[in-house]
Amino acid sequence: MRPILMKGHERPLTFLRYNREGDLLFSCAKDHTPNVWFADNGERLGTYRGHNGAVWCCDVSRDSMRLITASADQTVKLWNVQDGVQLYSFNFDSPAKSVDFSVGDKLVVVTTDPFMGLPSTIQVKRIARDPNEQTTESVLTIKGPVGRINRAVWGPLNKTIISAGEDTVIRVWDTETGKLLKEADKEIGHQKTITSLSKSADGSHFLTGSSDKSAKLWDARTLTLLKTYVTERPVNACAISPLLDHVVIGGGQEAVHVTTTDRRAGKFEAKFFHKNLQEEIGGVKGHFGPINALAFNPDGRSFSSGGEDGYVRLHHFDPDYFSIRM
Amino acid sequence: MAEVISMADIEASAARIGIDLSSINLDSIQLPPGEDFGIQSGDDGDLYQDDPLEFEGGFGNIIVVDNLPVVPPEKFEKLEGVIRKIYSQIGTIREGGIWMPVSPDTQKTLGYCFIEYNTAQEAELAREKTNGYKLDKSHIFAVNVLDDFEKYMKVPEEWKASEIKPYMPGENLQQWLTDEKARDQFVIRAGSNTEVFWNDPRQLMPELVHQRQYWTESFVQWSPLGTYLATVHRQGAAVWGGASTFNRLMRFAHPQVRQIDFSPSEKYIITYSSHEPSNPRDSHRIVINIFDVRTGKLMRDFKGNVDEFATGGSGGVSGISWPVFRWGGGREDKYFARIGKNVIAVYETETFTLVDKKSMKVDNVVDFSWSPTDPILALFVPEQGGGNQPARVSLVQIPGKEELRQKNLFSVSDCKVYWQNNGEYLAVKVDRYTKTKKSTYTGFELFRIKERDIPIEVLELDNKNDKIIAFAWEPKGHRFAVIHGDGPRPDISFYSMRTSQNTGRVSKLMTLKSKQANALYWSPAGRYILLAGLKGFNGQLEFYNVDELETMATGEHFMATDIEWDPTGRYVATAVTSVHEMENGFHIWSFNGKLLYRISRDHFYQFLWRPRPPSLLTTEKEEEIAKNLKKYSKKYEAEDQDVSMQLNEQDRKKRKMLQDQWNEWVAKWKQWHEEERQFRIQLRDGEASDEEEEYEAKEVEVEEVLDVSEEIVADQD
Repeated sequence: MRPILMKGHERPLTFLRYNREGDLLFSCAKDHTPNVWFADNGERLGTYRGHNGAVWCCDVSRDSMRLITASADQTVKLWNVQDGVQLYSFNFDSPAKSVDFSVGDKLVVVTTDPFMGLPSTIQVKRIARDPNEQTTESVLTIKGPVGRINRAVWGPLNKTIISAGEDTVIRVWDTETGKLLKEADKEIGHQKTITSLSKSADGSHFLTGSSDKSAKLWDARTLTLLKTYVTERPVNACAISPLLDHVVIGGGQEAVHVTTTDRRAGKFEAKFFHKNLQEEIGGVKGHFGPINALAFNPDGRSFSSGGEDGYVRLHHFDPDYFSIRM
Repeated sequence: MAEVISMADIEASAARIGIDLSSINLDSIQLPPGEDFGIQSGDDGDLYQDDPLEFEGGFGNIIVVDNLPVVPPEKFEKLEGVIRKIYSQIGTIREGGIWMPVSPDTQKTLGYCFIEYNTAQEAELAREKTNGYKLDKSHIFAVNVLDDFEKYMKVPEEWKASEIKPYMPGENLQQWLTDEKARDQFVIRAGSNTEVFWNDPRQLMPELVHQRQYWTESFVQWSPLGTYLATVHRQGAAVWGGASTFNRLMRFAHPQVRQIDFSPSEKYIITYSSHEPSNPRDSHRIVINIFDVRTGKLMRDFKGNVDEFATGGSGGVSGISWPVFRWGGGREDKYFARIGKNVIAVYETETFTLVDKKSMKVDNVVDFSWSPTDPILALFVPEQGGGNQPARVSLVQIPGKEELRQKNLFSVSDCKVYWQNNGEYLAVKVDRYTKTKKSTYTGFELFRIKERDIPIEVLELDNKNDKIIAFAWEPKGHRFAVIHGDGPRPDISFYSMRTSQNTGRVSKLMTLKSKQANALYWSPAGRYILLAGLKGFNGQLEFYNVDELETMATGEHFMATDIEWDPTGRYVATAVTSVHEMENGFHIWSFNGKLLYRISRDHFYQFLWRPRPPSLLTTEKEEEIAKNLKKYSKKYEAEDQDVSMQLNEQDRKKRKMLQDQWNEWVAKWKQWHEEERQFRIQLRDGEASDEEEEYEAKEVEVEEVLDVSEEIVADQD
């Protein structure tokens, strides 16, 4: 089907997130206003106004009532999904890069950038059921990784936190004690900055994308490397299909080089790979800048991509996609 | 190599074990002697293991000048002044660098002195220039480098016959030609690695033969018949080869070598270097050595200023054009020649001296080239005296130096010579001025070398104002292709030196209109040509069959910079080298334009097919094979089928294995997932969990008060 072009942001996209039912799509961009869209027809439902810097990441609660956003304005804000009212704002000493709700939505993990001499951190906050009782203190603060932590997510049963970032090492932390449990092997791991991390639907494995032009699939419990997908361009975004054994990875020539050559050279494609054969299935072209964000609809029948060009492209798969034989 | 530890890592691990780094004086820590805790020093990597660095030791920069006049003390200063004057012209003499010993008995000088220069090169130059310098009749300088004295002193008094080493059979250097699958090799250079691969089109990927880091310091080059791979180093050049892998076969010492060139049948290698002069006003010094490839013996060296080797005759500003020496005389490596001011110097390899002991005088000659197969030189002399003396192209036979054919050309602005690779035809592209002298147009003079009296034919394009963008002869054939036109989409024409009835006439076969091409690559076997649009055309490719006059396929290798056919004409490699920042790597295509495989490499510098020696089959035999191709190809087709079946089988097995492995994981995960179900529900406060069906759709009516207004309604009663 023809993709639906969603123009609601004035700056490059940074993150995309579907709610659990798959009827809403939340988009974050370097302009200061996250948007929410109908995931079916691409109509814009509303915006969340209040941030004063690029919004890097967001997450939505299981019941689709609360949205949480991380921004470069050094805050993480909690919103009411329905009416766009800001419920609470956590203040940090440095820009917040990623957020992720735990199972049960009672905890949230936030990463902050290294800033003005402060090291990067992973922090866990408790989310109160009633926003009026919300407090700001962290349940847990983890320091250690060097450079930006681009993404931190919850492991199975909220027992671990998985982090990845500029120092190319994937780490698993204990959520009770904050201790480092596992570290991915440097030899087999990524060689350059890990730009993105995306969990499978059941949280059993996850996919990381890196500037070293590859994406890798890992077991969330044992941190064993399962698969590697190699492309020709730095990877900025990745996602795992909840329906078929497919993964999609996107990226492209680095933004600073884009203007120097032809558009064809950039390879701004969302590439589909077979998850366990590691073979390329096909690509979806369209963006005229690198792809920064990718997300599958939880039903696996559509996906959306967000680019440096400021567009969100919503793709509903054609019937023949579901009959691809490898 | 040792793992690199950054300061940040150290800080992190210090923090982990609870040590405050700032409280430690790192300099005070001493390791026990001889202990390195398993950490290798970065200095002794593999880099220098093969070629130990040659340090500048000894007294290479000091010369000894003998046969000076013996003078009394009162004339000492005058003599020293004279010597200083002579030797400071050549290079910078170190402070206090002249020492003239004086006899303690007579107080007279001893007739020799030592001079110390800044560099060994200057000392060497001084030795070359002033050895035999006549100060006066009875004082002829004898100059030696101090280091050499030791060498001369060591010469034994009596001559001893050198030991004869027992004969060691060498490796079969042609082993690669006997590959069962008749594959070809190629070498690539990317990053610091140099790798040799088999091109394996059946597997759709290359197979590694040999790989080395820092194999060369600037580039690699195959010898013309593919026997050797040459590498270039600071100390000189080296050639590599062997039956199964690549061993070093010979080294050719030549400090700071820049360029190398093999003779056509690989007997000799020419190395070239150019050195900065110590005096900035002087021109660069050039050293050229010719070695025998197999023995490593230096056959001849040439040294001199840039001007002496510069081409371009009269002007002399144009600098060196490589190769300085061009090899001729076909496959026997008999002659090589270079151009000088008003001369062509032709040397022969039996004695490494000039043919007939003198250069061939050709006034104002600016360019020359050898026939690829015969000892015939083509010379070009431009117009002289403002057009009174016409420009001239002539063919000269070596060693007789007699002119075989000559053609005068009028109002010529430039000329370029193209030999067909069998030496049968010669095309001269002539740019002439129009009558107004404001613009030029191009025509071709076609020589038939192998026919009696060498007939010449003039060819002009249909539109003679068209600019010629490229010209190429069909290898081993009688056809040529020309790209011509002015616009952004030029035309391509094919011509044949024969017509169907008449073998002595050139005829046009076909013109292809408006093509995106600016370079021509004939298959080495002829018949097929790759029309390529490089640079401005972004790497458009068109595979064309000239026999049938039809396009076989089109393709694109975006931003391709280099194109090379394999020596058999079966495959083509297109490459993007590091002149472009992005998407470095190469593609391999079949001759008919099917993309076989792609390899990406960062910092990709070179792609070179390993050449093959010429076929040993006679022309008749080759024709016979071409005629009965079906019969011969049967065997290979069967093999192909076998391989593809095998591959399919392998592929299926591999897929099955991967799938099984995956299913195993998934089963494990599912099990865990089930086990953890209760915990998850607990975490979600008892809300039934994972699957979609567990949540029910409720229709909720929400009433919202939008506005409340009070209205006074008039009482009707």
